[in-house]
Amino acid sequence: MEETIVMRCEALFIGGSAGSLDVLLKVFPDLKTDISFPIVIIVHRKRGTDSLLSDLLASRTSLKVKEAEEKEPLQNGWVYVAPADYHLLVEQTRTLSLDYSEKVNYSRPSIDVSFQTAAEVYRDKLVCVLLSGSNADGVEGLQVTKEHGGIAVVQRPDTAQVPYMPAQGAERVDIDAQLSPAEMAAFINGLNPED
Amino acid sequence: MTSPSITDEQLEFLLSDLLEWYGYDFTDYTRASLKRRVNRLFGLDKFVSFAEFRYQLQTDPIYFKRFVEQITVNVTEMFRDPGFYSALRREVLPNLNTYPVIRIWLAGCSTGEEAYSMAILLHEHNMLHKTLIYATDLNPAVLERASRGTFPLAYMKQYSENYIGSGGKNDFSSYYTANYNNAKFDDHFRSKIIFSTHNLVSDHSFNEFQLILCRNVLIYFERNLQGKVLELFDSSLENLGYLALGSKETIDFTSIAKTYKRIPGEKIWRKRSS
Repeated sequence: MEETIVMRCEALFIGGSAGSLDVLLKVFPDLKTDISFPIVIIVHRKRGTDSLLSDLLASRTSLKVKEAEEKEPLQNGWVYVAPADYHLLVEQTRTLSLDYSEKVNYSRPSIDVSFQTAAEVYRDKLVCVLLSGSNADGVEGLQVTKEHGGIAVVQRPDTAQVPYMPAQGAERVDIDAQLSPAEMAAFINGLNPED
Repeated sequence: MTSPSITDEQLEFLLSDLLEWYGYDFTDYTRASLKRRVNRLFGLDKFVSFAEFRYQLQTDPIYFKRFVEQITVNVTEMFRDPGFYSALRREVLPNLNTYPVIRIWLAGCSTGEEAYSMAILLHEHNMLHKTLIYATDLNPAVLERASRGTFPLAYMKQYSENYIGSGGKNDFSSYYTANYNNAKFDDHFRSKIIFSTHNLVSDHSFNEFQLILCRNVLIYFERNLQGKVLELFDSSLENLGYLALGSKETIDFTSIAKTYKRIPGEKIWRKRSS
């Protein structure tokens, strides 16, 4: 980790594809239980696997984990998982919405769609993390996050099962940090240190 | 920088303009999704300024037609969510079959894939001959496509898998004729479907039905509009009729919820009293 990031985090969005689930399962048990912002997870997966991912993550943390629902307000200390086969968007009212439009980067949910709409709402209070994966979904979202003053982080590509996605992020975006899975929980726990 | 886009404020102006110019009311659509689609069109058609985009929409009704086509989501499949169709076969059709005449409303039918799926289901349960499916959408262009009963041949593998997942026992390919790159579905199905424009935001009830399906439409609406549309469905549904929504949609927040009983595990509700 490079330097301590000083900003107010009001939402953390984490996106990943192939090889990202292992990272989440490693990071989640070490998250502190009084996280002062919502965490939103967007992971590419097969349709029809609803609730498996949220159940799996819930088994690794005492944070409250649920599958995201449309019109749902984002609450601090909760973890929301994007449902399979829908895009997950953020409204200006800081509620979630779902969209069944065309796939983006061959993906639905698309990480770009979630990161971009989150950036327009949370602006410089947003942290986005892009994990292991085999396409470039999420990279444009990191770019938009930076344009709005937020923080963009990628998994250190040499620690990723499939390095393409975080490597693209590191190459194309002026990212703030590259983290190994072992460093990630400490990074997340260290956001908003005054809380 | 990412591609040029219109701001939240400009979008609000545009929505009230469109209501005034064309009577189409998008003001209760969820913004994040709507804004994405408007910006997508803005980029696709290479507008350089919001003023130019607005002028084109104001002065060119044909362009407005394109706007409606492009900003509404028309992604659909035959037998999408096979488990849903399986529940229709198991829980709903046997009860509908007790009626001498069956009326079904498929609201937001888009390019018709669900309407033909429904017709195939009814055909297999020997109910199609006594059924009328009213399939509606606000977008005339998709209805035109829907009424052809022709879908890309390349999708048939997926649709066939969906069909089998729904409990279909026949050879799916027996329902269509392959013609170049298209699959043309038998006219027998088309003959029981009435395609018509209907705008859920502004149009009223037009009949009474025993089954209303509206899947993945309400997710694009704000809560108050969702409530209004669900009331419209309620007033269009016979007692003991069924209402089916998309896998992420619900009636739970509305006042009509107390007169409906949900089929456990499904997004299908049955009306208990009027």
